[in-house]
Amino acid sequence: MHLSPDEIIYWQHGFFKLNATIAYTWGLMVVLALGSKLVTRKLSTGLQRSRWQNLLEIIVTGINQQIAEVGLRRPQKYLGFLGSLFLFVAMASLFTIVPGYEPPTGSLSTTAALAICVFVAVPLFGIEDQGLGGYLGDYLKPTVIMLPFNIISELSRTLALAVRLFGNMMSGTMILAILLTITPFIFPIAMSALGLLTGMVQAYIFSILATVYIAAATHARKPEPRLDD
Amino acid sequence: MLIDWFTVIAQVINFLILVWLLKRFLYRPILDAIDAREKRIALALADADAKKTEAEQERDAFQHKNEAFDQQRAALLSQATDEAKTERLWLLDAARQESDSLRAKRQEALIIEQQNLSETLTRRAREEVFAIARKALADLAGATLEERMADVFLRRLRELDDAAMAGLKSAFAASSSPLLVRTAFTLPPPQRAAIETALKETLGGEMQVQFETAPDLVSGIEISTDGHKLAWSIADYLASLGNGVDALLKAQPKAETKTGQNANEHGA
Repeated sequence: MHLSPDEIIYWQHGFFKLNATIAYTWGLMVVLALGSKLVTRKLSTGLQRSRWQNLLEIIVTGINQQIAEVGLRRPQKYLGFLGSLFLFVAMASLFTIVPGYEPPTGSLSTTAALAICVFVAVPLFGIEDQGLGGYLGDYLKPTVIMLPFNIISELSRTLALAVRLFGNMMSGTMILAILLTITPFIFPIAMSALGLLTGMVQAYIFSILATVYIAAATHARKPEPRLDD
Repeated sequence: MLIDWFTVIAQVINFLILVWLLKRFLYRPILDAIDAREKRIALALADADAKKTEAEQERDAFQHKNEAFDQQRAALLSQATDEAKTERLWLLDAARQESDSLRAKRQEALIIEQQNLSETLTRRAREEVFAIARKALADLAGATLEERMADVFLRRLRELDDAAMAGLKSAFAASSSPLLVRTAFTLPPPQRAAIETALKETLGGEMQVQFETAPDLVSGIEISTDGHKLAWSIADYLASLGNGVDALLKAQPKAETKTGQNANEHGA
């Protein structure tokens, strides 16, 4: 019984080690990259296309639309970062249906890594959009007094991102493990289904929060609601 | 400690690699494909729009042409109808006129024929009647009849009114030639003497009287000098009767043609 897949270590050499988190992350990366490569190898630009291409198009355009709805002006620029966040977290929780699998997002190290990425990406996108002075000026708004609070908020929301995802993913695995010892039949399946739902919701929350932070840093405005939506 | 810093660093690197991989293999090709498809659809739509516009223009042009053609056809048709109507009226008029003239000609011809026929008939009848009368009177005529006629002539001479008598007298007085007495038959001498005496009594004065026989008088007696004549003869009667009959016959065909024309008009 262990809290985190970090504790399962396959190989170690001093500071370097290969634990289950890294191994399963690599697995997910291979699945995502190979799957994409296989499907996009023969893309069709016509009206007839394969169902796998359709699925990928739905996912990509869906993410794109979500980013646009939050208010980012050029969603395709942020699609790589935000889309990868969502896909990685979603795939990590989706694979919990495979027996013996440990979701890498159930490790606080992974969620911290993702939160750090967001923590770094937000100011980068902000500076790129409105310049260094413009971005740093936001910390002094509405008054200079607000500067420490702004910095605290920046740090705390990064911590919250990491712990929220970790807590949810770890709890799902933990509950499953505990239930398996109490009621080995049927009930764990229901909890596993619930875990899938939670994982998807967490993936959505994580990526949408990252989007919102970036939107706040880039002073994005919500697009005018279209009449046909 | 839940956080293993090596794993954190490794996961950051892993995540960055994942971002690159997905950008390379997922987002870019998919977005490119979608863009290409949208471009193709936009092109197809633009093409369809252009074709639609073209088709609409062609349809409008065709409709215009059709309308123009219809109008032209209607105009030509009405023109042709009008012309045909005029032509028909003209032809009818011409036919009517022709038939009228033909009918008039025919009627004229009929009338002429009728007139000729009736004239021939009347002439023949008259000639026959007169021939019969003349023959009968000629057969009857003889010396005794001549005597009677001379008596009648003498009585008439005496019974002449004053005005006629005066005219006669002056005429005979003016003439220098002898008084000519013409009869159809030779008068016996007593008759001749009686006539001579009567003339002398009536007209007064001496005069030469010459007697002559003229068979064309049929029966009668006639005295004449230069320009004046006193006569009583059956030929005169017959001539006046013939004139009367002719006048009657000429009047009759006119009335007949009038009624004939009326009948023809009703028939038409």
